[in-house]
Amino acid sequence: MSTAETFAPVREIDPYKLGRRRLAPSEAEIAAKGRGEGGPASKWVVVGYGFWLFLLSDVIMFSAFFAAHAVLQTATAGGPTGRELFDLHSVAVQTGVLLASSFTCGLAAVATDARSQIGTQLALLITGLLGLAFLLLEAKDFATMVAAGAGPQRSAFLSSTFTLVGCHGLHVSAGLLWLGTMMAQVFVKGFRPNILRRLLCFNLFWHMLDIIWVALFTVVYLVGVLR
Amino acid sequence: MTFQSDERNLDDVGPGFMDYPARSVWQGIRSYFIGLALAVLLTVFSFYLLGTHWIWDPALPAALAALAIAQIGVHLVFFLHITTAPDNTNTVLALGFAVLIVALIIVGSLWIMYHLNQNMLPMDQMLQMQP
Repeated sequence: MSTAETFAPVREIDPYKLGRRRLAPSEAEIAAKGRGEGGPASKWVVVGYGFWLFLLSDVIMFSAFFAAHAVLQTATAGGPTGRELFDLHSVAVQTGVLLASSFTCGLAAVATDARSQIGTQLALLITGLLGLAFLLLEAKDFATMVAAGAGPQRSAFLSSTFTLVGCHGLHVSAGLLWLGTMMAQVFVKGFRPNILRRLLCFNLFWHMLDIIWVALFTVVYLVGVLR
Repeated sequence: MTFQSDERNLDDVGPGFMDYPARSVWQGIRSYFIGLALAVLLTVFSFYLLGTHWIWDPALPAALAALAIAQIGVHLVFFLHITTAPDNTNTVLALGFAVLIVALIIVGSLWIMYHLNQNMLPMDQMLQMQP
């Protein structure tokens, strides 16, 4: 290593990226946080990663419900099957509405990064309204099924369907409450660091809900009408 | 005694972070538009497949599962901003472990229950065995 290279200014973005040379101890003071000599990671990284771990554990809980439903999908006990019950048009609309809300939630994150109060509030509001529309459509489907005598007590298939879809619906409801409080917090407190971190977590949560829904509409509804 | 800083470093990375140094409003929005377009395409295709006979009927669930997994990938990349960059290693490792557990739970359940179903007596014979 030549002398010139050793003493060259080293304000690189990430000194620990693969392929970079190792830093001398004097240079390590400005090294990246959270890696090696860089010191602890910032709260942004810690909070985001911790919430990511929570989301993954939530996904694992959902996978148990998915497994139960996959096993019980044909256990209709002489009752109505998915083909007779499910209204795919309604499911398609719900899918579109939830996908759109995931998209506007992403736009809210972009607006937040640009520190735009109006943009953030507007995008969050649309996200919330779309989420509410999704919940209402789902509740309507549930009510139709129960009124047709196909409630959760009819068969193991319907029990697992209501549990799985209902659990997702509960997550969306909780997300809506959270979204409302986030809008209020952004409005009252502005873009403080802790509010920004909460917005990041909310974003992750809302996108993850849509990921669960992708698996859900495929397994429960699309494959369900084939059985 | 905490040295954790409250502000976001330029090189902080994690789930949901967009690439901070190289980012404008338009670049951020573009990522979400690409994700939305791909997700809509995959969703419409899986709904559309149901009404056609393009795919051999018994293979349809597998095809739908493949489309769903592809769409989940699209969401992870364009909405959650998960990348394979070296600085995303922690996130991807945790995700990989979760995928392993999810696969064990679902495949394991289906596998075991399928064999149990095969080894069970039919219901009418089972009822006759009761005293």
